[in-house]
Amino acid sequence: MATHLPVNPERGGSVDDDLVLELPSDVRSIEHAVEYVVRRCQARDTHAHRLRLNFRVGLTEALSNAMLYGNAHDPSKRVRVEVTLTSGAIRARVIDEGRGFDPCSIPDPTCPENLMKSGGRGLFLMRQLLDEVVYNDRGNEVTLVLLLDPELPRLEGGAQA
Amino acid sequence: MGFQVSKNGSVTLVEVEGQLIVGNRQELKQKVLEHLEAGDRKFVIDFAATGYIDSSGLGVLVSLSKKIREQAGELRLSSLNEDLRTLFELTKLDTLFKITDTKEQALEGF
Repeated sequence: MATHLPVNPERGGSVDDDLVLELPSDVRSIEHAVEYVVRRCQARDTHAHRLRLNFRVGLTEALSNAMLYGNAHDPSKRVRVEVTLTSGAIRARVIDEGRGFDPCSIPDPTCPENLMKSGGRGLFLMRQLLDEVVYNDRGNEVTLVLLLDPELPRLEGGAQA
Repeated sequence: MGFQVSKNGSVTLVEVEGQLIVGNRQELKQKVLEHLEAGDRKFVIDFAATGYIDSSGLGVLVSLSKKIREQAGELRLSSLNEDLRTLFELTKLDTLFKITDTKEQALEGF
């Protein structure tokens, strides 16, 4: 399976600072895309553990949600990923072409009545693993923030180095 | 990358190499269900060679555990590294599975 990752530096910025990917709605492209982004981010900082677990899983969840639920597996629809690296944070914006959803409508998957369900953990994991998870009003765009300042208090969930 | 299936006495051992995520979860599900349908009832899934798991991967483990229990079988998990354990603990799935440090421990007395 070939996976294409067109990378387009935008707004005249250096590709070292911003990364833009356009992906087909094919879940098989997720692993390669996530590894590519993590590799690019690793060149910039030493937060290897938070990148390896928190960011990698969080970005996988965001892409998966965008392709499966946002774009409803429609191969003609794309998922756009914009990653911005600064000295203090990694920000990843994931945008799909779907109608959006209400993130408040997702029940807590750790409640006993939901524990045996096979789905419903993606958004929960994103919120646990990342420092900020912000949806736009329509619900088709999510911004993930991973803070890189080691002095900041860490969220629960593998945030310790 | 992939899922290596072997038999250890009456136990079916599946070793996950690489990731267990949305892109390949169906492959694992299919392999385990084939063995379940063939009459196998004892399963160990080993994660010694696994990079990371996402919510879809966790979901497929929950689904397989249910199907195996429905057939009076058991699914055990082994060799979760610190990152993987964190994911199981966050989602409280560590309470659903018998998890051992090594595959040998999982196979012992199964």
